[in-house]
Amino acid sequence: MQLIEEHLRSLILQSLAGDAAAYRIFLHELMKHLRSYLRRRLGGLPEEVEDLLQELLLAVHNKRHTYDPKQPLTAWVQAIARYKLIDLLRHRSRRDVLTDSLDEDDQVFATTANDAAEAQYDVAKLLLGLPDGQRLPILYVKIEGASVTDTAVRTGMSKSAVKVGIHRGLKALAERIRGIE
Amino acid sequence: MKTEDLVSLLSTGTAPVDLRLASRRWLLALAGGASIAFLLTAGLLRLNPTLLEEASQPMFWVRESYCAVLGALGFVAVVRLARPGSPLGAAPMGIPVAVIATWVLAAATLVMAAPQNRAPLILGHTAAVCPFLIAFLATPLLIALLWVMRSLAPTRLRWAGAASGFTAGSIGALAYSLHCPELAPPFFAIWYLLGMLIPAAIGAWLGPRLLRW
Repeated sequence: MQLIEEHLRSLILQSLAGDAAAYRIFLHELMKHLRSYLRRRLGGLPEEVEDLLQELLLAVHNKRHTYDPKQPLTAWVQAIARYKLIDLLRHRSRRDVLTDSLDEDDQVFATTANDAAEAQYDVAKLLLGLPDGQRLPILYVKIEGASVTDTAVRTGMSKSAVKVGIHRGLKALAERIRGIE
Repeated sequence: MKTEDLVSLLSTGTAPVDLRLASRRWLLALAGGASIAFLLTAGLLRLNPTLLEEASQPMFWVRESYCAVLGALGFVAVVRLARPGSPLGAAPMGIPVAVIATWVLAAATLVMAAPQNRAPLILGHTAAVCPFLIAFLATPLLIALLWVMRSLAPTRLRWAGAASGFTAGSIGALAYSLHCPELAPPFFAIWYLLGMLIPAAIGAWLGPRLLRW
């Protein structure tokens, strides 16, 4: 547990400083822990697991500016996971999917799971529904890996509009995922 | 899209994140909302003409500290409630302590007063408007705090809203005190607190509606 904390904390600190490679490892490790956690919580609903997992990863990404380096990273992730799970159960009135009560003891970081089921919705399809000003920056920068400067030239947008478009687009994506039944 | 692809999407081309952004937004909201409350007090309600004479009385400073301390403690709670997994700590426990301390002071004042003076000590001349004017002055700060809260990640939405409202109410009361001629502890122990609790209740109601993410 202490090892996971130190490992993930050093990864997120590098990520927040702008290290994309560290961030990829961080999200990948987190994905395995969260998938295993959600499986335990959501019992026999593999599609729900992958949906909520993607929503959680988007939430961690969109809210990463709320991580306080003085705070344990595991506590931060645990609180986000718990909030999202409760939100899912409350707003989709799917209390039946909860196998037992949502106690604090069940730890996100107890185990990992690598084998993925398919998510019910398709983030790629949701992406197509975004306006150009958000979709193109995400497509070029986040999927094709182009720089913000190149993307600005290609789209005729300003560099700050590209950055804002990515930011707003990922937020909109998280909201669209949440709206799907 | 597979979750692995989402991980790669999110991590590609990431920019450094400014970790002091939240603190800057909080300070901006606090400074902006408090300034508007003081400007509304000075411009709309008018400052108490005897303010300077009253400032020489110890009870004036007891009342000011009461509002300022509650505002500061509430603000600490607001900041912590906006971060997932951040413990509330001991500071917010100071809020009930400060409230009870003024009730003790108020009770002592009433006990020592002659019976016919007790009702005027409680009601003063402005009890009917005081809580509502405080709630009115708190509104801009409440909006500003909820605005910042929305950009962060509160996980206890009702508490996050209530703490924002209570903080706004305390700062609103601090601004209002520059207009208010009442210095009797029973007066501010009751009516000021009520003025802080109105925005706190509004915040608690708005929290789950506005702050969900």
